[in-house]
Amino acid sequence: MSETNQNIQLLRFTTAGSVDDGKSTLIGRLLYDSKSIFEDQLDAVKRSSERKGLEHIELAHLTDGLKDEREQGITIDVAYRYFATPKRKFIIADTPGHIQYTRNMVTGASTANLALILVDARKGVIEQTKRHSFIASLLQIPHVIICVNKMDLVDYSEEAFDKVVEEYKEFSAKLDVKDIRFIPISALKGDNVVDKSEAMSWYKGETLLNTLETIHIDSDHNYIDCRFPVQTVIRPHSDEYHDYRGYAGRISSGIFKPGDEVTVMPSGFTSKIKSIDTFNGPVEEAFPPMSVTMTLEDEIDISRGDMIVRTNNKPEAIQDVDVMLCWLNNKGPLPRTKYTLKHTTNEVKAMIKDVLYKVDINSLHRVEDDPEIKMNDIVRVKIRTTKPLLADPYNRNRITGSIILVDDSTNETVAAGMIMNRN
Amino acid sequence: MSKYYLNHLKELEAEAIYVLREVFAQFENPAILFSGGKDSIVVTHLARKAFYPAKIPFTLFHVDTGHNFPETIKFRDDLVEELGVKLVVGSVERSIQEGRVREETGKDASRNRLQTTTLLDTIEENGFDVCIGGGRRDEEKARAKERFFSHRDEFGQWDPKNQRPELWNLFNGKHHPGEHFRAFPISNWTEMDVWQYILNENIAIPSLYIAHERDVIWRNNTWLPVSEHITIRPEEQMERKMVRFRTLGDITITGGIESDADTLEKIVAEVAAARQTERGNRADDKRSETSMEDRKREGYF
Repeated sequence: MSETNQNIQLLRFTTAGSVDDGKSTLIGRLLYDSKSIFEDQLDAVKRSSERKGLEHIELAHLTDGLKDEREQGITIDVAYRYFATPKRKFIIADTPGHIQYTRNMVTGASTANLALILVDARKGVIEQTKRHSFIASLLQIPHVIICVNKMDLVDYSEEAFDKVVEEYKEFSAKLDVKDIRFIPISALKGDNVVDKSEAMSWYKGETLLNTLETIHIDSDHNYIDCRFPVQTVIRPHSDEYHDYRGYAGRISSGIFKPGDEVTVMPSGFTSKIKSIDTFNGPVEEAFPPMSVTMTLEDEIDISRGDMIVRTNNKPEAIQDVDVMLCWLNNKGPLPRTKYTLKHTTNEVKAMIKDVLYKVDINSLHRVEDDPEIKMNDIVRVKIRTTKPLLADPYNRNRITGSIILVDDSTNETVAAGMIMNRN
Repeated sequence: MSKYYLNHLKELEAEAIYVLREVFAQFENPAILFSGGKDSIVVTHLARKAFYPAKIPFTLFHVDTGHNFPETIKFRDDLVEELGVKLVVGSVERSIQEGRVREETGKDASRNRLQTTTLLDTIEENGFDVCIGGGRRDEEKARAKERFFSHRDEFGQWDPKNQRPELWNLFNGKHHPGEHFRAFPISNWTEMDVWQYILNENIAIPSLYIAHERDVIWRNNTWLPVSEHITIRPEEQMERKMVRFRTLGDITITGGIESDADTLEKIVAEVAAARQTERGNRADDKRSETSMEDRKREGYF
């Protein structure tokens, strides 16, 4: 192999910060200083910066892709960016800081290993910081990095940084985030982003890029609860594979091996794994997030939406589900509207039976006397489904604990939900 | 690192296979948009993996501009035969003859934009409800906004401001009759990932990607291949050069780069050192700052 490293991991992270916190500048800086920008892209940004009469290159322009975004200088929708260093590959879910903030942040956060939250050193922890942190906690993003930005505007003062850290720690004690780190940076000047800052010799920690490259993400998957939602059944009907019947899907969690005793949900039939097949041959073990095809010892009727699990560790089959819902659509739900609920590879009809409370994401308080759901609201609801869901609590399993609601008249995805309990 | 981890290529592969199986499960009549370029070849290879040991359950769908590299067509036909799948060809030439579109005239005329009409007409004729493409979000800034499952209205239009939110791995392919979807299983891949994957998996690709001697002219800052479809202007001179192509499109707009990368290993090394994006040599992207976005809104893939 040449100088390009093959055996590296993928880290998915999301960025959050309010409009003027310098989020686009930070991403631009990461891409620019890690030499992930091509000359023709840079030329295009230089040209458009000149056209606007700017003296410096507007790094933020590297990330604003749509015409309207560049014209208005705002980010409208989640965009995905890619860069790589010799140590890791990165996928950035670049989420807009305002207007539809909650909805977009939830979208970007749903698949992220890490959230990068920007705080303006001059302003400290503001409402926006709290919202973003709450969403990171709600979505169970395993790692959070608080980038205290614009350190150049507070004379690179250690006291200013410490003050923000203290403030944040006090507030975040209420949150459920396992790993929080703090880095003082200047995205505009490049301090502690890729290169260590000379202006902040008091800071002994790692740079942002170094943290992203080395943070331990192996244990972000659930390797305990074996869950294999069946996507489709493979029946080749060819001479060679005449009787072949394989269940294709992606391992959500747990480790499966041939010979394991498994139960097929919801039917409850039990069998043993005969083989775990891939195009490159059978494998001895399958773990998340592998896509494989399983065959079983016994002929059982299994179809899409069913789940293969370990016999001694089953998800609960429930029809009354307690869900934390983020409403994504302009139009709120009408009473007794029926939705299609998508959960793993399964689809059922569902209805919101009861609004338990709304979360005021600024104060993190529960609001119990406002049952009307609007866009960007986060509400705890009771959902009744027509058929049982094979569900795990979201804080235990991000794949089998998540749902979306689809409006049957418009086909739009109107809500994202996290299953809260096993009741 | 523990033994339970996938390297980035394996993880991207697992994700793409998952998406392909979702497409198969959620739609009635899917097709792979097959251009003969590396990305659609990789998507086809992934489809093979996703349904193994069964055959690929998708039709291959080629939008033929009539201005092809002959190597591409041969490669396409060989692959179709090897896989034993159905091939549907939408012909821009026919669209022109039938008066559905008008050929561009002038100095830098191209059939690129005309493809959209042929694409949408053929989707309608064949009743495809989803077209699987090799589009990647790292290619172009408008594509960075693209979803895995991308909704198109009954006119085939993409509305970037009204996309379905995509959360976790829950893809919503529900649509009304007449609407369709585009699905992009390798959204999260970069050009480098594609080449490393082709190398690792030893996937066959058209010889055009590998450095070879060819008659070319220098036009619009790139080495344009000489073919029956371009007219050499008085000020231009035909030269013989070692070139290769980083992307493949219509022969009239696909510029080559000078290169001696005649093996996949050398290509990976060359791509790693590249200072220009792969589409830097595509005239269709240079028409304006938003040409890809504009074409996508109209229904281009």
